[in-house]
Amino acid sequence: MRDIAVISGAAIHEELAERDEVELIHAVVSQALAGAGPAADRIGFVCSGSCDMLIGRPFSFVQGLDGIAAWPPIRESHVEMDGAWALYEAWTRLQLGDIDAALVYGFGRASAGSLKDVSVLQLDPYTLAPLWPDSDVLAGLQVSAMQNSGRFGDMASVSPLPVTDGAAAVVLAAGDLVRQCCDRPAWIEAIDHRIEPAELGVRNLATSRSTRVCVKAMDVAWDTIDCAALHTRYEHERLLLMETVLEEGAASILPATNTPMVTGLSNIAEIAERITDGRSDRGVAHATSGPCLQQNLLCVLAADDYEGAA
Amino acid sequence: MARKATQPDRPCAVIGVGQTRHAAVRKDVNIPGLVREAALFALEDAGLTFADIDAVVLGKAPDTFEGVMQPELTLAGALGAADKPILRVHTAGSVGGSTAVVASYLVRSGQYERVLAVAYQKQSESNAMWALSPKYPFLPPSVAGAGGYFAPLIRRYIERTEAPDHIGLKVAVKDRLNALKNPNAHLQIPGINEAMVRDSPMLWDPIRYLETCPSSDGAGAIVLASEEAAAKAPGPPAWVLATGIRTEPIIRPDRDDVDPLAGANCGQELYRKAGIENPRDEIDVAELYVPFSWYEPMWLENLDLCDRGDGWKMVDRGDTELGGRLPVNPSGGVLSSNPIGASGMLRFLEAAQQVRGKAGDHQVEGAKKALGHAYGGGSQFFAMWIVGAEPN
Repeated sequence: MRDIAVISGAAIHEELAERDEVELIHAVVSQALAGAGPAADRIGFVCSGSCDMLIGRPFSFVQGLDGIAAWPPIRESHVEMDGAWALYEAWTRLQLGDIDAALVYGFGRASAGSLKDVSVLQLDPYTLAPLWPDSDVLAGLQVSAMQNSGRFGDMASVSPLPVTDGAAAVVLAAGDLVRQCCDRPAWIEAIDHRIEPAELGVRNLATSRSTRVCVKAMDVAWDTIDCAALHTRYEHERLLLMETVLEEGAASILPATNTPMVTGLSNIAEIAERITDGRSDRGVAHATSGPCLQQNLLCVLAADDYEGAA
Repeated sequence: MARKATQPDRPCAVIGVGQTRHAAVRKDVNIPGLVREAALFALEDAGLTFADIDAVVLGKAPDTFEGVMQPELTLAGALGAADKPILRVHTAGSVGGSTAVVASYLVRSGQYERVLAVAYQKQSESNAMWALSPKYPFLPPSVAGAGGYFAPLIRRYIERTEAPDHIGLKVAVKDRLNALKNPNAHLQIPGINEAMVRDSPMLWDPIRYLETCPSSDGAGAIVLASEEAAAKAPGPPAWVLATGIRTEPIIRPDRDDVDPLAGANCGQELYRKAGIENPRDEIDVAELYVPFSWYEPMWLENLDLCDRGDGWKMVDRGDTELGGRLPVNPSGGVLSSNPIGASGMLRFLEAAQQVRGKAGDHQVEGAKKALGHAYGGGSQFFAMWIVGAEPN
């Protein structure tokens, strides 16, 4: 498969965005393209991630297109997920070999509604959603399962991280183009994502099974990862992820952000920037979706001098 | 870095196809039951079970339709996706096509051997008219649904080409006659004729009731596989010769939304990648996304399947009928079944069935290359593929 690198990235996380989605997208996309060198002129594929339910209107990605130049017509796709999954799609698209650069963005303005209530709509619409267990309630089930497992000491309560608005953008490049854009590229060494069934009764909430499956499938050296950007909506999710992803590592955990549809991609941009500017040799970025860490994506990025070391 | 050594853009084939019976209301199944029905048919066709699938790609139109947010989460179990990767695609009306295209990337990239693509809509558990007419701040409400949006574009097409009024009637009748040969099709109207269509109520001038698509519950599923996996499949494969996607903005002063550049560019790239020099001669059958009858001649022109201004003449001559020079929508098309998010995938999988020789009573004799086409938004999102009985 082709080696693909993150060339540049940008992210905005704001407590209450005063800009609309188009303005947020325009800001991060402009910044990412400005830092992408020759790749900026060779974008052959664009992929974005967003979620209509955050603002309760269909087709937010259609308006989002006004934040990028979609003329003349472009090759473009969209996932109703965090931008990290859009990056995964772009990564598979670049593998086909006919294009060498891709632009990925994600955007979300959760402040338009009450996120913990809106996320109830992710649940089974026939049996579970009508009971309206909001995301804090479901997180409470997970904390309780963790407490009962005895592995995490005394766990006081559910502590949600503040939710923010924002957008993130990343430019990917492949092949010879990478060297023309970047002295120290952040290579995508491995990327994978896995899901668990929605039914809470069949899940072991005291562990993150989908993350564990991901870690296993990626087949990389986890013990030499030096930094991690994790998407945690609650404090206890960090404990579960650290146990799964980094149990053998001594990585520094970067401060968490919690911007729906954005944080996963922003985490990838953050790790890539640290590799490019020399603060890190290998890092892992994480994205999550669904209640109690139902779906997880991991992306391991590495500097090229690390090829010999691995 | 350790990498699996695979050739870029390796061969990929459809080895299994499934669709539900489409109907206005499928009371016998809930949403998980609907998607599972299509998925199980596709797996049976491919001689596989869920355990053989490496990854799943799910597509549907807006979540606001059924009110289920990111339904890949609640459907993961029904789609056998536990412990697997699942992607959720949403590219408006083109999504059923885009879903198959993204699934093809997962195989063509060398990442996976067998990928299940599923798309659905359960319109009876939603209200598309309402969901398509949101109130935007500072903008006047457009409580018109899709018909209200597309009728002015059709009027402009008629004005440009001086097409006679009966062209819309002819397409409406042709697709419903084809639907009578497709047991999965939602609309079954025995004895359908031009007078019936002409006498049906005018909804959005010039679109009459029988010139528009129904609201359907339905799902489609496709199993895509590598060359190696395809060799083990029990049935004939449909080789994915090329895929294409294109997008343009919904509002732009110089865009031609009757004959959109994105659609034309997408078609041109598709033909080039499939090694097709003259699509008018080399494509044996086309499944085009025609939710309003007039869109058949409009897309024929946009896709260079005839000269500009000649689309309606092809229809008038009967070229697009079963047995004609280029049969279009032998399945009955979107005019006969419209589970919105799945409608594009139905075009893609019907194209595959044609080159596999498995289209039943609506089979086009000897079809070797077929075009599947989907569009969405304000005629601005396009997804297409060409499938063939033989690999490239």
